[in-house]
Amino acid sequence: MVSFTLNDKPVSVDADSDTPLLWVIRDHIGLTGTKYGCGAGLCGACTVHVDGRATLSCQTSVSDVADRKVLTIEGLSPDSSHPLQRAWIAMEVPQCGYCQSGQIMKAAELLADNPKPSRAQIIEHMDSNICRCGTYHRIIAAVELASREG
Amino acid sequence: MQHAATTLRIPEISRRSLLAGLGGMTFCLALGVDGPRLVSEAQAAAMADAPVTPWVRIAPDGTITILTAGAEMGQGSMTGLPLILAEELDADWARVKLEWAPAEPETYGYKNPFGSGHMMWIVGSRAIQLYYNDLRRAGAQVRKVLLLNAAQKWGVDAATLKTEPSVVIDPQNGARLTYGEIAAFGTIPSPLPEVDPKELKARKDFRLIGKSVPRRDTPSKVNGTAQYAIDVKVPGMVYASALHSPVHDAAKAIWDSLDPTHASAPPESWNDAEVRAMKGVIDIVRLPSGLAVVADRFENARAARDALTVKWSKGRADGFDSVLALDGYVAIHHDPKAQAVTLEKKGDVNAAFAGAAKTYKAEFRSDYGYHAQMEPLNAVVRFNEAGDRVEVWEGSQAPDESRKAVAKALGFSEAQVDFHQCYMGGGFGRRTLGDYAAECALIARQVKKPVKLIWTREEDLAQGMLRPQSFQCLEAATDSSGRVTGWKHCVVGEGEFLLGTGIKIPYYGVPHQDIERRGVSHGIRLKHWRAVGHVFNTFAIESFVDQMAVDAGIDPITFRIEKMGMIPKAQKCFEAVAQMCDWTAKRPQNRALGISISERSGSLGAGVAEISLDRQSGKIRVHKVWIAVDGGVIVQPGPAQANVESGIIYGLSSVLQERVTIKDGVVEQSNFHDYNVMRMSDLPEEMHVKFVEADTRPTGLGEIGNPFIAPAIANAFFRLTGKRLRHLPFTPERVLEVLAT
Repeated sequence: MVSFTLNDKPVSVDADSDTPLLWVIRDHIGLTGTKYGCGAGLCGACTVHVDGRATLSCQTSVSDVADRKVLTIEGLSPDSSHPLQRAWIAMEVPQCGYCQSGQIMKAAELLADNPKPSRAQIIEHMDSNICRCGTYHRIIAAVELASREG
Repeated sequence: MQHAATTLRIPEISRRSLLAGLGGMTFCLALGVDGPRLVSEAQAAAMADAPVTPWVRIAPDGTITILTAGAEMGQGSMTGLPLILAEELDADWARVKLEWAPAEPETYGYKNPFGSGHMMWIVGSRAIQLYYNDLRRAGAQVRKVLLLNAAQKWGVDAATLKTEPSVVIDPQNGARLTYGEIAAFGTIPSPLPEVDPKELKARKDFRLIGKSVPRRDTPSKVNGTAQYAIDVKVPGMVYASALHSPVHDAAKAIWDSLDPTHASAPPESWNDAEVRAMKGVIDIVRLPSGLAVVADRFENARAARDALTVKWSKGRADGFDSVLALDGYVAIHHDPKAQAVTLEKKGDVNAAFAGAAKTYKAEFRSDYGYHAQMEPLNAVVRFNEAGDRVEVWEGSQAPDESRKAVAKALGFSEAQVDFHQCYMGGGFGRRTLGDYAAECALIARQVKKPVKLIWTREEDLAQGMLRPQSFQCLEAATDSSGRVTGWKHCVVGEGEFLLGTGIKIPYYGVPHQDIERRGVSHGIRLKHWRAVGHVFNTFAIESFVDQMAVDAGIDPITFRIEKMGMIPKAQKCFEAVAQMCDWTAKRPQNRALGISISERSGSLGAGVAEISLDRQSGKIRVHKVWIAVDGGVIVQPGPAQANVESGIIYGLSSVLQERVTIKDGVVEQSNFHDYNVMRMSDLPEEMHVKFVEADTRPTGLGEIGNPFIAPAIANAFFRLTGKRLRHLPFTPERVLEVLAT
C-alpha cells in the first residue's frame, strides 16, 4: 500500500512498490489524462508534477511518490481555467491532442519557476516533450500568451 | 466558443434511440440507387430491412444533432464535416451537437473514388473533399423542409421565405419561427424535396465555411478528458500486450499483406509455463501472427510479454538487409528483363530522347520511415453474455474496415460487431486496418473477459508498417530551345502502388513521358504514410528540375514556366510563394533558399525553405518555411493552416532525421532514442502558410505540407554548397559525406 496526495486529495493504492506511477494514475486510480507514449522517458507524454517538479511518470515508481504531492492535468484547474489551458485554447494548439497533457504540465512547471520566460528558455525547457503533429510553434505562442496574461 | 460536444465519451449511438420517441424531426439516410440519400423518418420506417440510420435531428428545444463521419486524428474533420451540412441548413452552430456516425459505410460513407461501394476511410487528406457535395445537398434539403413547414403554417409561398441561423423568417411581415419551434409541429415530406445545385448558398453567404469556427475537440484536449481508445475502461476489463515475430513476414502482394487477419510468422514454441507463473498473468493467447499475454494489470502484462522467449517460424524477410537491398535496386533498374509497371505513358519518349539537344540523368534514394503516432496502437473489446455480439473501441481512420477485420477474425458477420469510434492520438495512415482490434477480439474471446490490448512503443516500431525505401532514376530530354520534351522516371522498391503515389507530374506540360515502377518483394511490412510515395518521388522530381534549371542558368520558377509548361494553377502558387518569401532578395551569410512544388489529393503547394549549414557537424538547420497552397475553398481556415503546418514539421522531421534500417529482417530501431523525431529545438523560427484564392471544391490539406520540403531543402543545400543531396534522410553523417565528395 502506497499513500500520496493526488490533485490535493489523499489516495492509497495497493500496488507493487515498483509499479510505474503512470499506470497507477491511469489504471489503478482511473485518471487517464496522463498518457503512455514511449514507456522509456523519451517523449514526455506522461509528464506530471511531483512536489511541483515536472516528472516522467513512466519512469517513476509509485513508491518514489509516497507521502508526496502529485499533480496531473486533471488537477491543474477544476475548470480548464489555468492560464496555460486558456492559452492552449486561444492559440488552437492541440491537433491529435495526445501529447498535450504532458506539454501543458511541462509548461506549467516553467511558468511557476519563471513567469516571463524568453523564447529560448521555453524551447530549452520544452525540448523533452515530443509532439508528432508538430504543434511546437503554437505551444511556444501559447506559453508566451499565458505568460503575458497569466 | 461552443463546448457542446467536446467530450464524445464512450459513444453509445443506437439508431433506434435516435429514431424513436424523442420528438422533433429526424432526417435519416438510406441507400438509394445513386448512393446514400437523406430520407424522411416515415420513409425510413417504411424501409424495414434497408440500412436506414438517422443523420440529422432537430429537437423542439432547438438542439440540432448531426452525426459526424470525420474520424478525428488531429486534422479537424470531426468538426469540419458537420459544419458543411450546418452551413447549408443555416443552423445556429452554437446549437449543433455532434455525435460519431456508426461504422456503416453504405449509409455514412462516401462513394469509393477508386472502386465500387462506399467507404468511411479518412485517408489521403480526402475527408472534406469527398464528403463536401453530399453534405451540402443534405443540409440544403433539411433547410427546405423547414421552409416548407413554416410556409404551410403561415399560408405563404416557401420561395418568399428566408433563413437566419436556425430561424425561418417571412421578410414581408417579420414573422419568425425557430427551427426548434418548427420541429415541434413539423412534418417531413416523403420523399424529401430535391435540391438543385443552383439553390445552394453562394460563397459570399457562407456563415460557417471559411470562417473562424473553433474545433469541437479542442477544450477536451487541454484538460485530459478527450477519450482515446487507450483511455476506455469497461467493468471487469483485463490487459493484454502482444509480441510478434521480430522478423517481418509480410505477404508478397501488398493487399494480402494489408489483410489484418493474414497470418505471418506464427510462434512455434515459447516459455509458456515460466511466463504463466508471472505475477498477474491470466493467459497467453496464440494469435495468427504472434502471442499476447493477458494479465490483471497492464504493467504485469507488459513485464510478462517482455519475458517471453519465442521460437518463431521463419519470416519472409529472414536475412533481409535494407542497406544492401537498396544497393540492389540499382541492378533492378538496369535489368532490361525486370518486370515494370507503367504508371504514365505520353507521346513518344524514345523519339524525344533520340532528337534531344541535351539529356539529363539523376539518381535518388530514400530510406524506410515509421509513422510514430504518439498513441501506441491499442483497442478494447467486450463480448456480450452469449458470446455472439462484440463491441470494439478503437481510434480508427477507417471504422468500417476495423469492423470488417474484427468480424473476419471472429468468423462473425459485420452486424455482430458494434464499433465505437474514439479520438486517435495520431494516425498518419497507420490506423486503417483494425489489425490490433482483430487481435484484441481473439484475445477477449479466449479469456472470456473484456480486454484492452496495448502494443508497446517497441512493438509499434518493430511491427511498424513502414513507408517503403526506394531507388529512383530520372532522365529528361530538352530540345534546341531548352524546353523539356522527354521525361523518364523509374522508381524501384517494394510496396507496389505505395511507390507510385506522387510520381506523376500533372502540373508540368512535358509532352513525352514514360513513368514506371519496378517491384521487388522482401516481406517487409509496408503501408500508407502521410503522403507515402510523394515524399521520395517529389524529392527526386523537384531536385531534378532544379538541377536542370541551374544547368540552363535560369531562375527555377522561370524555368518551370518557360521550359516545363507549368500549368497556370501551379504558376499561381509559385508567384504567391515568391512574393511571400521575397524570393530574389539577398539572404544573410550561410543562408540559402530552395524551392519546389508538390501535388497531393487535388491540392497544389509551392514552398520555399531557408536553410543554413554547420559544415563541422553536417547539421542542416531550417530557419524559415513558406508555402502557398491551392486547396480550393477552405472550409476551416484555422485547422487548414494547422494541417499544413503539421505537414511541414512532419516533413522536416522525416527529411532531416527519421530513418528505419532493417538487419536480418528485423527493424534495428526500438524507441524515440534511436528513431529520432523532431523536437522543439529544431523548429524553424518562422513558418508561413498562405491559401491561394480559389473558388473550386475543397481539396486535401493534411498532406500538402510535407512532400515539398525534401527538395526545397536539397535545392537550398545546392545553392549553399554546390552539391546535391540525393539520399533521404539528410542526416548529418550523410551531409558530411556529400560535402567531402
